[in-house]
Amino acid sequence: MAKITFDGIEVEVEDGTTILQAARKIGGKVVPPAMCFYTPLKGSGGKCRVCLVKVSQGSAKDPRPMPKLVASCITPVQDGMVVENTTNEDVLNARKSIVEMLLINHPLDCPICDQAGECNLQDLSYEHGVSAQRFEEERRTFNKVDLGPYIQLHMTRCILCYRCVYTADQITDKRVHGVLGRGDAAEIGTYIENVIDNDFSGNVIDVCPVGALTDKTWRFKNRVWFTKPLDAHRDCPTCSGKVTLWNRGDQVLRVTARKDEYSEVEEFICNTCRFDKKEMSDWTIEGPRKIERASVISANHYELPVVNVPIIPNLPKSAKKDLPNAPEQWNP
Amino acid sequence: MEPLTNRSKKLAKKEMTFAEKAYLPAIAQGLGITLKHFFKKKSTIQYPEETRQRSDVWRGLHVLKRDEEGRERCTACGLCAVACPAEAITMVAGERKVGEEHLYREEKYAVTYEVNMLRCIFCGMCEEACPKAAIFLQDDKIAPARYERDEFIYGKDRLVEPLKTTETK
Repeated sequence: MAKITFDGIEVEVEDGTTILQAARKIGGKVVPPAMCFYTPLKGSGGKCRVCLVKVSQGSAKDPRPMPKLVASCITPVQDGMVVENTTNEDVLNARKSIVEMLLINHPLDCPICDQAGECNLQDLSYEHGVSAQRFEEERRTFNKVDLGPYIQLHMTRCILCYRCVYTADQITDKRVHGVLGRGDAAEIGTYIENVIDNDFSGNVIDVCPVGALTDKTWRFKNRVWFTKPLDAHRDCPTCSGKVTLWNRGDQVLRVTARKDEYSEVEEFICNTCRFDKKEMSDWTIEGPRKIERASVISANHYELPVVNVPIIPNLPKSAKKDLPNAPEQWNP
Repeated sequence: MEPLTNRSKKLAKKEMTFAEKAYLPAIAQGLGITLKHFFKKKSTIQYPEETRQRSDVWRGLHVLKRDEEGRERCTACGLCAVACPAEAITMVAGERKVGEEHLYREEKYAVTYEVNMLRCIFCGMCEEACPKAAIFLQDDKIAPARYERDEFIYGKDRLVEPLKTTETK
């Protein structure tokens, strides 16, 4: 076990845990953002640099600070390490520059993009970036590519986080999907536009932090903040069948895997669940998906304020039942 | 009945004077007031032939603007609808096809765009939310009264700014 101090908060974690995972154990505002790191994908991380932190004391044995900012997603903790994230000016400035770098080639067409409202880059630039752009040159543009009948790749929006490549490597059996070219010309390719026909290829949509890989069955159907997320499951022979449905009324507009607060997929789902099961009768509904209040997705949803169940007397029973993670006393 | 407070005014019924009892001076006085108003400036106007001058920031009927090349600016992003406190705006988005670049500015456009003028409170939030400078509330037009409720749902046919052609003056 290693004890580290993160932003003045002490936390004890297993040896070999990364700084980012230790920070996530604390949770809340101190957690560094991550665009390329993805816990379920082995080897991911270290590419986007948004999770940079300052290590002001390397370990208990060697208390010298690390000379440069380090990527917290790939740096393992050591006992007695002292890490600064939100308390260090350098870290915040570096993060601001990184956001600017990521936005050099990323088009600012959020009004058009389907990912808007649940986009990690949008959140990141809103929280850490500056509103003005200094870059005057033309952004790189690519034509849209169809990866099979269900997935569309728009490289213009890609920030080269490699998450989809790792997904193709690890979730699917044979890789048909990698990065071609270098530097500015690097792009996600499928080797002569091979069709991805693996059962789990749809997961590249979920892991994509921006709107580069999108679901063609959902494309431009609706905005994410007009849909109502529901947890649902079905007996699926290939995957766990635990999904989130994005509904408008009784119509299932989109099916995605369930994502946690760091928008990481809890369990990968198969293409049949994702693209073919778009009827309410296909699914067993578990209840509404809990969405952060600050998120635009929860705008205009006038449900009973179930978050505060214990402080509201005489709530109707319908508001109390079937709450995910509800403590015992809420469900009398 | 016992009064609740002691604040009620005590009224004394006074005997009328002879001039008051005669009524005629009071009638003449009343007619004089009426006559005086004939020569005063009128407080009403002959609407709709005449209209009052409106403030520069007055918010009237919505318009969906086109850009300099006559393409629709609206990209159906839904920000006006989510900003709308009265939930008056609905839209359906569609993808622009090849060959329609002269009609729509972005690759996504609003296939239908409806504002329910009965719900709308003309607050101008949609105008403020719009990232594409597409929707504006005009300062010289209002949503006129109509007989049917359906007629208050304004679709794209009535909202989109008409194309400026060279023939029109």
